[in-house]
Amino acid sequence: MNLTLKIWRQQNPSDKGGLKTYEVADISEDMSFLEMLDSLNEQLNEIGEEPVAFDHDCREGICGSCALMINGQAHGPEVTTTCQLHMRSFSDGQTITIEPWRADAFPVVKDLVTDRSAFDRIIQAGGYISANTGSAPEANSVPAPREKATRAFNVATCIGCGACVAACPNGSASLFLGAKITHLGELPQGQPERDSRVASMVAQHDAEGFGGCTNIGECTAACPKEIPLDVISQLNKDLRTAIRHGH
Amino acid sequence: MATATVTKKPRSTRSTIALKLLMAVTGLVFIGYVLLHMYGNLKAFGGQESFDAYAEHLRTIGEPLLPYSGLLWVIRVVLLVSLVLHVYAAYTLWARAGKARTTKYAVTKRVNSTWSSKTMRWGGTALLLFIVFHILHFTLRVVTPGGDSDSPYERLVGSFQIWWVAAIYLLAMAALAMHLRHGTWSAAQTLGLTNTASARRNANLAGYLLAVVIAGGYSLIPVFVLAGVIS
Amino acid sequence: MAGSTLHDGSSPLNQASKQTSDDAHGYYVAGEPLVDPVAPTGPIADRWTTRRFENRLVNPSNRRKLSVIIVGTGLAGGAAAATLGEAGYNVKSFCYQDSPRRAHSIAAQGGINAAKNYKEDGDSVFRLFYDTVKGGDYRSRESNVYRLAEVSTNIIDQCVAQGVPFAREYGGLLDNRSFGGVQVSRTFYARGQTGQQLLLGAYQAMERQVAAGTVEQFTRHEMLELIVKDGVARGIIARDLVTGEIETHLADAVVLASGGYGNVFFLSTNAMGCNVTATWRAHRKGAYMANPCYTQIHPTCIPVSGEHQSKLTLMSESLRNDGRIWVPKNKEDCDKDPRDIAEEDRDYYLERIYPAFGNLVPRDIASRQAKNMCDEGRGVGPMVGDFRRGVYLDFSDAIDRMGEDTVREKYGNLFDMYERITGENPYQVPMRIYPAVHYVMGGLWVDYHLQSNIPGLFVTGEANFSDHGANRLGASALMQGLADGYFVLPNTIREYLADGPFERISEDDEAVVDARRSVEKRIDTFLSINGSRSADSYHRELGHIMWEYCGMERSEEGLRKAIDMIRELKKDFWTDLKVLGTADSLNQSLERAGRVADFIELGELMCIDALNRRESCGGHFRAESQTEEGEALRHDDEFAYVAAWEFGGEDGAPVLHKEDLIYTAIEMKQRSYK
Repeated sequence: MNLTLKIWRQQNPSDKGGLKTYEVADISEDMSFLEMLDSLNEQLNEIGEEPVAFDHDCREGICGSCALMINGQAHGPEVTTTCQLHMRSFSDGQTITIEPWRADAFPVVKDLVTDRSAFDRIIQAGGYISANTGSAPEANSVPAPREKATRAFNVATCIGCGACVAACPNGSASLFLGAKITHLGELPQGQPERDSRVASMVAQHDAEGFGGCTNIGECTAACPKEIPLDVISQLNKDLRTAIRHGH
Repeated sequence: MATATVTKKPRSTRSTIALKLLMAVTGLVFIGYVLLHMYGNLKAFGGQESFDAYAEHLRTIGEPLLPYSGLLWVIRVVLLVSLVLHVYAAYTLWARAGKARTTKYAVTKRVNSTWSSKTMRWGGTALLLFIVFHILHFTLRVVTPGGDSDSPYERLVGSFQIWWVAAIYLLAMAALAMHLRHGTWSAAQTLGLTNTASARRNANLAGYLLAVVIAGGYSLIPVFVLAGVIS
Repeated sequence: MAGSTLHDGSSPLNQASKQTSDDAHGYYVAGEPLVDPVAPTGPIADRWTTRRFENRLVNPSNRRKLSVIIVGTGLAGGAAAATLGEAGYNVKSFCYQDSPRRAHSIAAQGGINAAKNYKEDGDSVFRLFYDTVKGGDYRSRESNVYRLAEVSTNIIDQCVAQGVPFAREYGGLLDNRSFGGVQVSRTFYARGQTGQQLLLGAYQAMERQVAAGTVEQFTRHEMLELIVKDGVARGIIARDLVTGEIETHLADAVVLASGGYGNVFFLSTNAMGCNVTATWRAHRKGAYMANPCYTQIHPTCIPVSGEHQSKLTLMSESLRNDGRIWVPKNKEDCDKDPRDIAEEDRDYYLERIYPAFGNLVPRDIASRQAKNMCDEGRGVGPMVGDFRRGVYLDFSDAIDRMGEDTVREKYGNLFDMYERITGENPYQVPMRIYPAVHYVMGGLWVDYHLQSNIPGLFVTGEANFSDHGANRLGASALMQGLADGYFVLPNTIREYLADGPFERISEDDEAVVDARRSVEKRIDTFLSINGSRSADSYHRELGHIMWEYCGMERSEEGLRKAIDMIRELKKDFWTDLKVLGTADSLNQSLERAGRVADFIELGELMCIDALNRRESCGGHFRAESQTEEGEALRHDDEFAYVAAWEFGGEDGAPVLHKEDLIYTAIEMKQRSYK
C-alpha cells in the first residue's frame, strides 16, 4: 500500500518544530508500524535527509519505549503498543499523522522522542516496597489472598509507556500512578508504607506538572495493557485514607 | 540524564486529588440541595396556595429556635461556601490541565469520553452564569421578566409564560443533566467508591438516574406552564 | 538418576581434555592455559558459604568512599545497583534506554526457577544444580552452577518481599509449574510476564536507592569505552545520547551487566537496542571473551513474514506443553490450508523421533528438527528466500481435550499476540512457529567472583559466560541475572573493594584521555565515511551470514566461508557507511553504526570459536560431529574446556586460552532424549 505520512519533526527541545509530509510506497500489511517507519528512514537516509527519531526497543509490546500519537490516538487505532500495531489496520492511500506524546511533563527531545523521566521520579518518590536485599522472610511465610494477588498482577502489567498521559485531555498520569498504588497496596507486603507511598507519589505527580484526573476514561481506552479505571478510584481512596491518617 | 530531585514532605491536602475530593463533596451537597429544591418546585402542581405556603414555610421553619428565614440563611451559607470551593477547585484544575499540555496535538481523536464528560467545564461555567441569573431573577428580584408579584407562584408562572425565560431555564436544565451525569459518576470515582466493575456500573447508572430525575423534574414546571396546564 | 552419579566434590572425576583436531588452524594463536584464580575447593555444598565468609568485609564508613559503575539496568544490573546502594556504596548506573525499567529482561515470559521444593516432588538444590549442568551439556563450571542453585531460593524470598505478584494458589501460597522439559515443578511465574514483574521489582528497589542518594542514574547513556589504568579497570567513557556529549566516569570498580549479543544475528528475540558494545569494548581492552559461539535458538517464535522484518517475537515455550508440532508428510501439501490436510498426511515429527519426550524435547533439538523439516522442503507459511520457514503448532487436540475456554485461560495472551502479529486466529488455524535466536550463553570470561581477567572489571548476568555452559534451561536466565545481582556480586565485589579506598585517578590521566580520544575519533569516522549504505543494511547482511553459517547447524566449510564474508563486509562497512546527522544531538543512526561495527567483529570471533569447537554440545551443533541418527555428539576428550579468547589486535588473530572443566560432583554423561 501507499501512504502519506505527516510526521512531527523537531531538531531539539528548543526548536519550534512542525509537521512534515512524506510519501511511502510498497508497504506490506504484515509490517509493523515501526517497520514501516524503518523503511521510511532507510529511504530518507538514501536521499540524504536525517532519519526520523523515535523511541522503540523490544518491539514485542512490553518495554514501553515506543510512544507515538497516530491520527490522534495514543499507539494508534488498536488497543496495543505502537510496535505491535500492524499496517493491516490502515488502508491504501490513507494519510497518517504521527506526533510525539504531548505533555509538558514529557518534553520533546527530538522529533517523536520525549523525555519520560518524570515517571521514574514518581517511582522514586515511593513506588516500591522497602525490603533490603537479604532481609526477606521465607516467601511462603506471608500468604497473599489469591484474588488480591491477581488484581495486583493485573495492574502491575503497566509498561510505563505514558499513553495514559498522552490520551488524557488533562495530561494527567493518574492511571500510571493508580496502577502502582493498587499493585503494591493489594499485597500484604505493601501495607506498612501504604499511606506514605500514596502521599509521596501523588505529590511527585503534581510536582512534575501532570494535570488532575476528571474521570473521563481516555487513559484506560488508550492503555495497551488495558489497566482498568478502578485503579484511579483505588488511588483516590488510598489518598483519602492517607489524609485521614494525617498525611 | 542525571536525575532531578524528588519532592520531600508531601502535603496531600494540597494535591490535585484533594481538590477533586473537594469538588466531589461539594457536588454531593448540591445534589442534595437540588433534590430538596425540586421537591419544593413540584408544589407548583398543587396550585398557588400550596406553593406560596411552602415558600413561607421555608422561612418559618425552626422558629422560634431559629429567627425568620434562619434555616434558609444556613442553607444559603452552606451553598455559597460549597459553590466557591467547587468553582475554585474546578478552575484551579482547569488551569492546571491547560499548563500540563501547552502544545496541542494537530489531530485528536477521543474514543472513550462521553459528551457529558467533555462539557463539564464549559457546561459548569454556563451553570454558574445561570445560577447568578436565577438568583437575580427569583431570589433578589433584580431581573423580573414575569412581573414582580409578592406571590412566588405568580412570579414563577408569569416568568415561564415568556418563551425565552422558559427556554433559558430548560437549557440550563439540559446543562444540569449533563453535569450531573458525569459529576455523579466522577464524584463516586473520586471518593474511591468504584473499585469493582459492578460499583462502576452503579455509579454510572446513578449518574443517569439523577440526571433524568432532577433535570426532568425541574423541567416539568416551565413545560407545563408553557403548555398552559399551570397558570 | 541414582545417588551414585553425585560425588562430594573432593576429587576430580574427569581428566583435562586434549584437543587433537584443529579446524581453526591459521585463524587463531594458541595462548597460555587459563585457571580460575579464585576457584573454590572442598565439598561442593560448602563452597559458597565458605567463600562468603572468607571474602573480606568493607567497613560501612569506607563504603561511602568507594564507587562502582554499573552498565545496564536489567535483572543483573538493576539488582546489583539496588543492593550495592543499600550497602552504602556510591553507585553510578547507566542504561541506553530512557528508563532503567525498559531493559530487555522485561520481555522474559515463562518464569524463574528456584529449588524451593514447595511441591514436594523431589526437587532440591542438588537437583537444580544437576539439571543445570546437564542441560548445559557439561560445559559450565560446577562451582558456579551449584552456587546459582543454592541462592535461587533467596531470590524468590527477596522478590516476594518487594511485591512481585507471583501466581498463587487458592490458599494464598505460591504456585509453581514445570517448565522446559524438567520433571519437577520449580518454576515461579507471573502469568506470561515474569521477567517484567521481576525487573520492575529490581527497578523499584533501585529507584528507592536513587531517592536515597546512593545510586545516581544515567539514562540514555551508552558506554563506549572502558578505562584501564595500569591493567586495572577504573571507569568508562559514555556518550550522552541526547546531547552527544562524551563523558568520563571514573570509579573504583566497573560492573558490566549489559546483556547478551543475540542481535549479531540481526533478527532475534532481543530488543532492537541490545548490543555487544560494552562487552566488546572491554574485550578489546583485554577482557577475554568466552565461548562466544554458544547461542541458544528458541523453537517457538513467530516466523519471519518478509524481508522488512526487524525483529522476531518469542512465544513462551509453555505452548509446547499442550500444542502438537507437525509438518505435512508430502511437500505438495505445504501450501494447503492445514485444516484440509488429513491426519495420516501429517508428520508429528518430534513425537515420531523422540517418543519419550515428544514435543517437550530440549530447545536445541526442537529447533534443529524444525530447521531440518524446512530444509527438506516440508516447511509451511510464506516463502521467505528459497523456502518456507515455519512448522505447525497445533492446538486442535488440546481444544478438543480441555475445551477452548481452558486453552484460552492458559494461553490467551499468547494467542492474542500471535493473532495481532500474523492476522491469523490460532483457535481455528494451527499456529506457525520457527526457531529464533534468543539467548547467548557465551560472554566475557569471569572467575568465581564474577571478575574478568581485568582486575576491577566485573561481569554479571547474560553478559558473562559462567553458569549455563553450552545451553541454558528454560526459566534459568532470570534466575542467573538476579542471583548475580542480588546475592553473588555484592558478596564477591567486597573482596576487591576491601583493598580500597583506591588511589584517585585524574581525568587528565593518559589512560583516560586516550580512551576519550579514541571514542571521539571513532564517532568522527562514522560521520565522515559518507558512503552509500545505512548501518542497518550492514546489520541485516551480517545477520544473514550468521544465521546461515553460524546458526543452528555449523560446518567447517560454512564457517570458513562466513569468516571470509564477514571480513569483506567489515571492509565494505568502513568504506561505504553512510551516517547522517551530527555528533552533538540525538542521533540513532550514529548509535547503530557503533553497535554494528562491534557486531561485525564479534561475528568473526564467533565463527572462529565455532570452527575450533569440532564437537556438538548444547546450542552448538557441528555437522561434522553427530551420531549415525543425526544426534549431537560431544567430545569430552577434546573439548571439555572453556574457550576464552583474547583480543589479538586490530589485524591480529585472536589468542585462545583454555580453561579445563574438571568435575568433582557430577560425572559427565552423553545426553539422550530418545
